[in-house]
Amino acid sequence: MRTGEPHLGEPHLGEPHTGEAHTGEAHTGAERIRDPHTGGTAARRVHLGTAATVAGALVLAGCAGAAPASGPEADGRPADGDDLTPVTLQLSWVRQAQFAGYVVAEELGFYADEGLDVTLQEAGTTTVPVEVLARAGADYAVSPVPRALGSIEQGARVTNVAQVFERSGTVQVTAMGQGLDAPADLAGKKVGVWGDGNEWELFAGLQAAGVDVAHDVELVRQAADLTAFVAGDVDAAQATTYNEVAQLLETVNPATGDLYQPDELETIDWNHTGSAMLQDAIWADTTRLEDDPAYEDTTVAFLTASLKGWVYARDHPEHAAAVVAGSASASGSALGPSHQYWQTNEVNRLIWPSTRGIGVIDPGDWDDTVEAALTTRNPAGDTLLTEAPPASSFTNRYARVARANLAEEGLDVMGESFEPRMIEPTAGGG
Amino acid sequence: MAGAAGVLLLGFGWEGYKAAAPDDGLVLGGVRVLPRTTDAAMPHLWDLAASAGEPVSSAAGAPPLWLVTLRGAGSSLVLATAGWVCGVLVGLLLAVVMARLARARAVLLPWVVLSQVVPLIAVAPLVARPDSADGQPWVPVVAIASYLAFFPVSIGALRGFTAPDDDRGGLYVDLFRSFGVGWWSGFWRLRLPASVPYLLPALRLAAANAVAGTIVAEVYTGLPGGLGRLIVDFGASAAADPARQWSPLLGAILVGLATTLVLAGAATGLRRYRPGEAR
Repeated sequence: MRTGEPHLGEPHLGEPHTGEAHTGEAHTGAERIRDPHTGGTAARRVHLGTAATVAGALVLAGCAGAAPASGPEADGRPADGDDLTPVTLQLSWVRQAQFAGYVVAEELGFYADEGLDVTLQEAGTTTVPVEVLARAGADYAVSPVPRALGSIEQGARVTNVAQVFERSGTVQVTAMGQGLDAPADLAGKKVGVWGDGNEWELFAGLQAAGVDVAHDVELVRQAADLTAFVAGDVDAAQATTYNEVAQLLETVNPATGDLYQPDELETIDWNHTGSAMLQDAIWADTTRLEDDPAYEDTTVAFLTASLKGWVYARDHPEHAAAVVAGSASASGSALGPSHQYWQTNEVNRLIWPSTRGIGVIDPGDWDDTVEAALTTRNPAGDTLLTEAPPASSFTNRYARVARANLAEEGLDVMGESFEPRMIEPTAGGG
Repeated sequence: MAGAAGVLLLGFGWEGYKAAAPDDGLVLGGVRVLPRTTDAAMPHLWDLAASAGEPVSSAAGAPPLWLVTLRGAGSSLVLATAGWVCGVLVGLLLAVVMARLARARAVLLPWVVLSQVVPLIAVAPLVARPDSADGQPWVPVVAIASYLAFFPVSIGALRGFTAPDDDRGGLYVDLFRSFGVGWWSGFWRLRLPASVPYLLPALRLAAANAVAGTIVAEVYTGLPGGLGRLIVDFGASAAADPARQWSPLLGAILVGLATTLVLAGAATGLRRYRPGEAR
């Protein structure tokens, strides 16, 4: 099972400076963040210039030159909180309860308490969070592990500093009564996949059940929503428990004319089949962890406040969901509070109860995910990883300190008594 | 009048097709050649209208969908306009340089054309990154809009600026030259006015490109506020609420109409320069 590496869990990083996590280093942090940005404009010109033409570069030069002067904040960041360390967190999607802990920590001032001024950077459809982090477009990133492993193999130097989701939320949804409740049943069926690194658990599960992903199943590329499942274009749709499954329960089943009922759906849960891979984790820049003690301090402070946000979301899911919904979209187009509440509750189930305390994970689980990435083949016959990632890709070092900080504050970091709420879905999801 | 009739016809076409065609559309040889007509794929027009009046979420005080769409359209319109202005300026500049210097034209023109051979989908991810602008996340959106907008303007304006060279065997150009009029003076008095019939369609094309570029770039970057973001947000819950995802589309049509109207107004003002296509 293990890869034979000496000890993946304990990379050789400098000792974290745990005492005063946020001293007078604010300006070092600010410069480190700003530098790459100043280069950003030039880099953009180069991209276009090489990609296309002199003319393209001219367009950009003209617009990039004109734009900041007319903007409300001519020189980038707002100047509030001079003594706070500015930190940017790259999310893996738009603001939603999947990121409830961070949103709560930002909105309720947990980050400010730790001396941080955190900006949550949303992702677009083509954003790869870990890549943004690796090119210094953010200080930390949220990303599921398989997707990040792909970037690490391509040379991104990033470190998993806190494994927030202990369990996987990816499932394959099928209609009840078709006898599709185990991976082996999917042979010969139309199976929906998203791509973007979400599909590896499915491939691993099929492979473990002896189903050849290249020949035995028909893989159907699936959109972000479950329209394909409702229309019958796929027999088993890929879904997350915290988003798409809820949406299905908010959707009218064309067969019955009522909302889909939980007992009309079957889910194949990769946590139960043993092919689950680690999902959302907080990633940091490996080089900065090695070279910059101030960044290590910031990391501990950032994890402490973020994990505190998750503890809050566990104890006050309804309020956390309201906070997320309230801050989600200025235009009001984001998922509404009832859906966010559902999502908060489901995400809580992926974290709590925590085996070792939130953020800290059994190195064996990491090794299992790496092992799956090394041995699982996609339909083209490729594996996600061709060699084991460097030992620096994962550490519990900072999460342990953050966990201790929270325990010292008297917070429950294990959540042993956690019970998910029962939530009634509403039509349309609003 | 004719416009209203067109909209009505479209409405009848939509509902007519929905009523007449089979639920599953038409599939020939495994390829769906006619779309599905289920309520999820093609909601009734009255369902669309009803959905427009409903609050966009269950949050207290959530605005109705039509207002959210209108705001999104406004936001996209502002960015598209900024991109259009940038693109038009760059396009005009390029056209003047190419019209003035034959050598510059030989060098630049192939590049201008090549720039549009590179598909937007290849360029956009390079430019449209959430971290690419220091606190100005809309800059890449404007950049992409202008990148698409400059092309028709540079080509159209070049064609217009050089039109007098061919008009009646270059009669007017020769006339100006015989009076000893300098190139720039001739540009303002002869070439610029002569370019109007070529320039106006180019500006319209640029506007359409700028709107499309803006919305695509908004989808790529996830920039909050505009129609692109509405497409992303509503697309994520399309199965649960199929009517809603049509609203950004209507918003895009509104933005297109707004730009068309403004440019039509400009065209009316410039009527005396357009003997060829006067109406």
